[in-house]
Amino acid sequence: MLAFAVMRPWGWAEAVVAVPAAAVLIGTGAVPVHQAAAETARLGPVVGFLAAVLVLAHLCDAEGLFRACGDWMARAAAAKPRRLLVQVFVTAALITAVLSLDATVVLLTPVVFATAARVGVRPKPHVYACTHLSNTGSLLLPVSNLTNLLAYAASGLSFTRFAALMGLPWLVAIATEYAVFRRFFATDLGAGAPPPGAGQPPERPVFALATVAGTLIGFVVASAFGVPPAWVAAAGALVLAARALPGRGTSPLAVVRAAALPFLLFVLALGVVVRAVVDNGLARALDDLIPSGAGLLGLLGTAAVAAVLANVINNLPAVLVLLPLAAPAGSGAVLAVLLGVNIGPNLTYAGSLATLLWRRVMRAHRTEVDLGEFTRLGLLTVPASLVLAVVALWVSLRVIGG
Amino acid sequence: MAVVVWVVEGTWPACVDAARTHVPEGTDIVLLHVSGPDVPGAGHGAYAGLLGRGHPELDPGTRMERLAATSAERLLRAAAERLGRPCTRVERAGRVEREVVAAAERADLLVLARDGDRTRLGPRSLGHTSRFVVDHAPCAVLLVWPEPAPDLGTIPPPPHHP
Repeated sequence: MLAFAVMRPWGWAEAVVAVPAAAVLIGTGAVPVHQAAAETARLGPVVGFLAAVLVLAHLCDAEGLFRACGDWMARAAAAKPRRLLVQVFVTAALITAVLSLDATVVLLTPVVFATAARVGVRPKPHVYACTHLSNTGSLLLPVSNLTNLLAYAASGLSFTRFAALMGLPWLVAIATEYAVFRRFFATDLGAGAPPPGAGQPPERPVFALATVAGTLIGFVVASAFGVPPAWVAAAGALVLAARALPGRGTSPLAVVRAAALPFLLFVLALGVVVRAVVDNGLARALDDLIPSGAGLLGLLGTAAVAAVLANVINNLPAVLVLLPLAAPAGSGAVLAVLLGVNIGPNLTYAGSLATLLWRRVMRAHRTEVDLGEFTRLGLLTVPASLVLAVVALWVSLRVIGG
Repeated sequence: MAVVVWVVEGTWPACVDAARTHVPEGTDIVLLHVSGPDVPGAGHGAYAGLLGRGHPELDPGTRMERLAATSAERLLRAAAERLGRPCTRVERAGRVEREVVAAAERADLLVLARDGDRTRLGPRSLGHTSRFVVDHAPCAVLLVWPEPAPDLGTIPPPPHHP
């Protein structure tokens, strides 16, 4: 089923196979019905949240938030490639943390490319920064990445505590990436740019910004009262939809499509399938690999196993496999798994070997990227940012307490 | 005589100026820009890494391919304006260094800019793409500084032999 999700023959949605596969597993008794129901109930709020945040990002795009980001970066960069790289790092890290990695990959990356082209600088470092930060920047909040949402549900941490513990690792990982990027792309960043032309003053999508800020505050308040973040995100999306729908760049159909219903079904089915695989032997096989200690070495080992697994399969199934094994060791181990599965995918172009191999076979695009360069960049950034981020997590756990 | 001027983001004005200064009037000038597959490719890869999202039309790599075509066109137009002479604009796609060398096949002169680390002058002041082009160009090469050329004072003192 994983193979199918990666390959997607005939352009079918992933859910076409994932849902029947889950049904077969339940039917043959590989997963008892009550356990499948429990898994689905556990994933329900996560999936609801995912739908709300996808819609929220789509509506922010319709309100011109990402265009405005591009204008702002172009002005602040003042035709200096190195300064533009700083703007891209700040913007991509914040967008990823607040609106999740999907928003950075799908909505921000093309804007960054267009901005680089408009300013007249070489786009490569800036676009690569976006793809890297969509992973590294997704450490901060439970809402930044689907993997975080799954771990958040398993860790028993509050929203604010999660953010407080992950704040330092987030900053450390991003700073490490930045240092490597500056050296790796020294040539492209040193090439300069023509003097800036007089651009138009950028629009300020105040309404979208205020709604996103309100949603963020809502997450913190709701977490204190035990309300799932899905409701807050849905409220934010509703507020924006009420304003955007009367003919402001989107349509009800586009909003429904943005919620990606087949993808939500896929996540639910994936949860059931992974449950079956874990219960039928994988747990025993991997149990020996997960270090039990909650000290620095234990955390490093856990993060390393998670990063390797995320690179072999993909980070979504990897986190579903590892969470039940790490959860008994406490929230520190769960967060270490997250560091591994979120930073790890930068090692391989396309996020995992499974995806990569298939794309090589398919040659889905006539000209593939220079894999050597992409992998070299990954080898320079991933081990360094992973180790430093784990150390930062260990410090946070000592200072704040798990 | 035919001259190819390789236009790259950031460093192209110096190449166009050099062509205007050093190439006689009436020469065939080709302004060449090459789009590499790596930047849209990074977008395709990042989207493929988002397992299970479907919607191939959302792939940011495809949108960047379209944007790249527009921006290359704009760049070549700006270069032609700066040159202010009749010229041919050529856009190619593929591995940048190989496309540049192939485009210079029937040329007498290729103009390109130094684009490596120019804070310490030496082998690294040529980036690896321009290094390949300089090494494999099938014609004479005019290598220009993107900024005013450094003076002789930047040369380190000769090594001391006892």
